[in-house]
Amino acid sequence: MKQDIILSGVGGQGIVSIASVIGLAALEENLHIKQSEVHGMSQRGGAVMSHLRVSSRPIASDLIPAGGADMILSVEPMESLRYLPYLSDKGWVITNSKPFVNIDNYPEMESVMNELTRLPHSLMADAEQLAEEAGSVRTSNMVILGVASPLLTLSAEALEKGIQKLFSSKSQDIIDMNIKAFRIGRNFTKGKGF
Amino acid sequence: MKQLLLGDEAIAQGAIDAGISGIYAYPGTPSTEIMEYIQKSKQATDGKVHCRWSTNEKTAVEEALGMSYAGKRSIVCMKHVGLNVAADPFMNAAMTGVNGGMIVVSADDPSMHSSQNEQDSRFYGKFAMIPVLEPSNQQEAYDMVHYGFDLSERLQTPVLFRITTRLAHSRTGIDLKTPRAQNLLKMPQDTRQFILLPANARVRYKRLIGLQNDFAKETETNDNVSYTDGADKSLGIIACGLAYNYLMENYNNAPCPYPVVKICQYPFSTKHINHLINTCKEILVLEEGFPFVEEQLKGITETKLIIKGRLSGDVPRDGELNPTIIAQSLGMETKSSFKVPSVVMMRPPQLCKGCSHIDTYNAIVEATASMNLHRVFSDIGCYTLGALPPYNAIHTCVDMGASITMAKGAADAGVWPSIAVIGDSTFTHSGMTGLLDAVLENTDITVIISDNETTGMTGGQDSAATDRLQQICLGLGVDPAHVKTIIPLKKNHAENVQVIRDEINYKGVSVVISQRECIQTSARKHRKS
Ligand SMILES: Cc1ncc(C[n+]2csc(CCOP(=O)(O)OP(=O)(O)O)c2C)c(N)n1
Ligand code: SF4
Repeated sequence: MKQDIILSGVGGQGIVSIASVIGLAALEENLHIKQSEVHGMSQRGGAVMSHLRVSSRPIASDLIPAGGADMILSVEPMESLRYLPYLSDKGWVITNSKPFVNIDNYPEMESVMNELTRLPHSLMADAEQLAEEAGSVRTSNMVILGVASPLLTLSAEALEKGIQKLFSSKSQDIIDMNIKAFRIGRNFTKGKGF
Repeated sequence: MKQLLLGDEAIAQGAIDAGISGIYAYPGTPSTEIMEYIQKSKQATDGKVHCRWSTNEKTAVEEALGMSYAGKRSIVCMKHVGLNVAADPFMNAAMTGVNGGMIVVSADDPSMHSSQNEQDSRFYGKFAMIPVLEPSNQQEAYDMVHYGFDLSERLQTPVLFRITTRLAHSRTGIDLKTPRAQNLLKMPQDTRQFILLPANARVRYKRLIGLQNDFAKETETNDNVSYTDGADKSLGIIACGLAYNYLMENYNNAPCPYPVVKICQYPFSTKHINHLINTCKEILVLEEGFPFVEEQLKGITETKLIIKGRLSGDVPRDGELNPTIIAQSLGMETKSSFKVPSVVMMRPPQLCKGCSHIDTYNAIVEATASMNLHRVFSDIGCYTLGALPPYNAIHTCVDMGASITMAKGAADAGVWPSIAVIGDSTFTHSGMTGLLDAVLENTDITVIISDNETTGMTGGQDSAATDRLQQICLGLGVDPAHVKTIIPLKKNHAENVQVIRDEINYKGVSVVISQRECIQTSARKHRKS
């Protein structure tokens, strides 16, 4: 088993939390993991991405080769397209459909959606709206992780354990809300027949 | 169970487990998390490991050397350009050698993800003539810290530990060793070891030269350095550090068909390389950074041997390596089914909404609007983004501290108004000495210290300048009538513009401290409490 994922978004949207949950879940299932993160620039608002590799066998490279990613998991729609050269021909793009507009020349949403729907395998969800159902827009990262989860080889149990570990220093309410967000996302995709 | 650690954290945990008594560092991507991990580590707190940030990389190396002098183990960490700042103590520590083990970690940033250049720290190791370690993965990084301290104490030499961004900032499962105890206080046996008077220094230099053979032998016995044979002798590959992983990625856990020398210690093993040269027709050198090994192989005369690498153009001359680049250099096919669609626009980093630097720049831009030849010499930090629209407020950014000194030089040449914009942490890092130069001549410059009470750019570490800026400026001799403090907020805009304009019009050194906390740092403090 091997799964290579590109995570993308905008600085400040917290893609690191998604990476951490997957990492913790992989460790839980005794899998090898390499997770290359973006650190450094603490200003918010620039494009950020991260390489995440999970495998039952040892992993050589920290970086995913071009055309090798099984999934692009994005918390922002335009950002999901920026890393397409990494995607394998069978790979999935899973993205939040809600744009983060902080540049003057942000493209028309319609053209972004067109590019996404032209791809052989893509799935979009309004993570913010679903997160509000869970109780707070701040859980939208866990929603989008939930949306992707039926396509991940990691089990839902392991991912939920990962969420619990990640938020272990927070109150039980916050943990529960994030688990709920994850499940809402997961059901969204399951509802589409996955 | 394995621990999920960043490369930087693996180095930090490795250092704690190898029995350090202190870490010294100045923040700098991608090295910052080494110190941050140790500051949070209970094990380090229990062991009373010293772990406060230093004012700059030079003070950090000297402090680490002092701890080593006293017989204890120390590690000192910085980004690659930090080693330029620390080059003086670094070069001379090679001459004195060490007493307690000492490792200098220098984190290179090929492709300049968050740096102003791409320099390769291995050259510093060769320059100082000391051993360099370059782990190829995070587990090796953990293990090689322990090994590095042993090497340092065995041969009484500082050891340079070279890492790059991807190693530093990639997380993976790490197996830990049993921790060992710290060293006890023990003064150097030879009382002249650390007195580099010429007469002693000559002795020390001969010793360092004499050690070169021992350093090479150590490399040959490092288990992580290897020669792996391959059936296809049409090509021999030398893979340094991380490049080894990128190479092996292309063979999917199967062995490489060509003979491979894996390098993770310098001076590199000539035994392995001679063997490779004698058996293979062509050599491909894969190394992150400059063509360091490739140049040494080539020497100065043309050899018949075909050496491929960054110099020959078989590997791109600049930028970070990755598995795809290496596949291409091996003539393998690479596939990419999708292109980046044209709707995707650039999204550069921006100052956070509400950042104090924004109000400071707005005031400077307005204050200088009617002065058509004004120049703003700036520096390195979040505030460097003032170079981008909508601010377009600065004209230079070169190296930490260069704002004040370049403004002085430009003023000497006749530029008016000559303005420096510098962050608080950058000011104490290396702005203070430049300000003294200006004070000595009462040069007509205006220095604006954009004081957000933190080291913002690298994630909000404590700043040595906090609550001290005014005292420092007065202490350096700036006229008290021309050390002003303003609060960069929208509501104070008109007043701030006036203060800046007045200080520009004053003929002499003036300092305006523009003071409001970074909103990210203040939010983090609130979350903690
Ligand atoms: C010699 C050197 N050391 C470290 C760095 C990394 N670095 C860049 S800016 C910066 C600190 C900036 O802090 P400050 O001056 O307070 O400005 P802020 O980012 O808070 O606006 C650091 C540590 C560097 N570029 N060069
Ligand atoms: S991190 Fe702080 S200093 Fe940097 S841009 Fe954001 S608010 Fe400004």
